[in-house]
Amino acid sequence: MSEPVLELSGISKRFGAVQALSDVSLRVHPGEVVALLGDNGAGKSTLVKVIAGVNPADTGTLLWEGRPVTVARPADAQQLGIATIYQDLALCDNLDIVANLFLGGERSTAGVLDEVGMERRARELLDSLSVSIPSLRVPVASLSGGQRQIIAIARSLLGEPKVVMLDEPTAALGVAQTAQVLDLIERLRDQGLGVILISHNMADVRAVADRAMVLRLGRNAGDFRVEDTSYEEIVAAITGAADNPVARRAGRVAVPGSEEA
Amino acid sequence: MAQQTPVAGEAAPAPDPRLIVTGSSPRGLVAAALRRLRGGELGALPVIVGLIVICAVFQSLNSNFLSPQNLSNLTLQVVSTGLMSCGVIMVLLLGEIDLSVGSVSGVSGAVLAVLAVNHGIPEVAAIALAVLTGTLIGVVHGTVFAKVGVPAFVVTLAGLIGWQGAQLYLLGSDGTINVPYDGAIAYLTQTYFVPAVGWGIAVAAVGLYAGLTLLGERRRTAAGLPAKSAAEVIARTVLLAVPVFGGVAVLNLWNGVPLAFLIFLGFVVVFDLVLRKTRYGRMVFAVGGSAEAARRAGINVDLIRISVFALASTLAAVGGVLAVSRGFAVSQSSGSGDVLMLAIAAAVIGGTSLFGGRGSAYSALLGGLVLGAITSGLYLLQMDSSVRYMITAAVLLIAVILDAVSRRSRRAHARG
Ligand SMILES: Nc1ncnc2c1ncn2[C@@H]1O[C@H](COP(=O)(O)OP(=O)(O)OP(=O)(O)O)[C@@H](O)[C@H]1O
Ligand SMILES: [Mg+2]
Repeated sequence: MSEPVLELSGISKRFGAVQALSDVSLRVHPGEVVALLGDNGAGKSTLVKVIAGVNPADTGTLLWEGRPVTVARPADAQQLGIATIYQDLALCDNLDIVANLFLGGERSTAGVLDEVGMERRARELLDSLSVSIPSLRVPVASLSGGQRQIIAIARSLLGEPKVVMLDEPTAALGVAQTAQVLDLIERLRDQGLGVILISHNMADVRAVADRAMVLRLGRNAGDFRVEDTSYEEIVAAITGAADNPVARRAGRVAVPGSEEA
Repeated sequence: MAQQTPVAGEAAPAPDPRLIVTGSSPRGLVAAALRRLRGGELGALPVIVGLIVICAVFQSLNSNFLSPQNLSNLTLQVVSTGLMSCGVIMVLLLGEIDLSVGSVSGVSGAVLAVLAVNHGIPEVAAIALAVLTGTLIGVVHGTVFAKVGVPAFVVTLAGLIGWQGAQLYLLGSDGTINVPYDGAIAYLTQTYFVPAVGWGIAVAAVGLYAGLTLLGERRRTAAGLPAKSAAEVIARTVLLAVPVFGGVAVLNLWNGVPLAFLIFLGFVVVFDLVLRKTRYGRMVFAVGGSAEAARRAGINVDLIRISVFALASTLAAVGGVLAVSRGFAVSQSSGSGDVLMLAIAAAVIGGTSLFGGRGSAYSALLGGLVLGAITSGLYLLQMDSSVRYMITAAVLLIAVILDAVSRRSRRAHARG
């Protein structure tokens, strides 16, 4: 297989008394969708923020296309070509949609913002995502939760990234929008991007992910090829035991246990 | 990227049916304006209405109020605090406050007078050094706030006391330094333009506004984006032209347009353009809206914060220089008393939100004129400071209440 575009090893991160990540490793190849799985509080969002430079790691190394790099600030990650959609959305409520889409990467000529160019590009981008939003010049505070999520996703695509990280991108979305985001993830993969997807929805993960990387209590707890792995195996890795609440419930209610993790 | 891979075969969606489209007829424009008002987007309307009411009341009490001489005086009187307000607005947009602008204006005035009078440095150089003093002070405030993490309120409160102390120290035992009546310093507020120049500036300003707006809207239309109709552009141009030409006509009846007022207007216009049209301005709004979102977008939040505090203190220093120019002197009381209060009040009365992320540079002009009109009117009526303080406080309270209520109303209309 090709060289990983992004490879982490020995990542540790501590918040006060909480060791959120210990010695975590992760790699993503171009054209691969890696699902990052784990229970609530397992450290998934923390790992994403480490990679994105929002909360840099205490220790550990990061290889980008084989070269060691340091990501100390969000701008470092953006320059490498890492785009991030955060779980706690990172939009400025007082700015309009266009301003939010281009935040930190505004187009300007001779120091003056190119509002026309940005609005047209924003319109094209949102149209290509089939998003219907009445006006691009309303503050994002007036949008619904799902619309805000789509804006955040759209924003990450503007910078021509090589790796896209999505932290629970479909949690707030309707059926059609969820399908669109999954389509989008497949398109990104087909274009040769590396995708890191965090989701609690096993159906979504099975639909698009090539590999599943499980975190448990801030440590690596398994790395599976999704095709060859059963649902039960992944759940066991997430919960840390073959005897877990999901298995017990499946035995009790005899529901075909394949929907939610 | 998504551009290269559009969702197969899907045409661009039709305009969203929920979007209320307003026609370009006069009735449509009025309806749109009313809807914005109800949604809590008051803009400059309350302050303009307030200004008209205040002028009408004082004019009915004393017919000298709207005389060219009094209005000319008024324009000079608002310049110094107005410039400070301009800086305060930048800080308010960040969602912070700067309590030191009065003291910074005072200490800068003292630096100016000490250098020019006591040390005989050329006045122009002394002015530059006084303004630079303000900039450095602002960098210190901003750095302590952004890098050390001390709340801006506390940093600038320390500045309020500390820089006033520095001012007293610089002025020494005399306490007052007079500046010459015929130098560059005095020139700033003693210069008036002959009528033709005033008219020329007015025509150029309105013409530029109309031309650039039309050009911008044409570019939007050409790009297939929603644009303002020609009727709306004309209506806006007329709304701008009336006060501009009216103001020049009145000022020309007295000495002409004062240089100092033009300096103030120049700062307001430049700051407005910087805030609305440049990347820097966009970053200031972004940090004021959500500092964490701005940081994740790769914006250097610390740098923006430091630069804004530097700008605020720089403008306070410019205001201090103009105050010295107007009074021909700097004293121990320069920049103290109600100066700070007026500078912050003008910004808020002008419509800049105390909650950060919303406002415009024009607040300094409109709010400054409201407070200046009150001061001037009460002076004509021979009321003393006690009444002025109480009325100013009431106006400020009304403005803050409007700010809070319109914020709530924006919430109700989902406009954070
Ligand atoms: N800024 C922070 N300060 C202190 N502790 C933090 C911080 N961020 C995360 N943590 C802690 O780190 C641990 C991992 O949190 P994280 O947000 O990464 O979980 P997660 O896997 O994303 O969970 P979820 O599925 O609920 O989103 C938690 O125990 C959390 O309390
Ligand atoms: Mg999370």
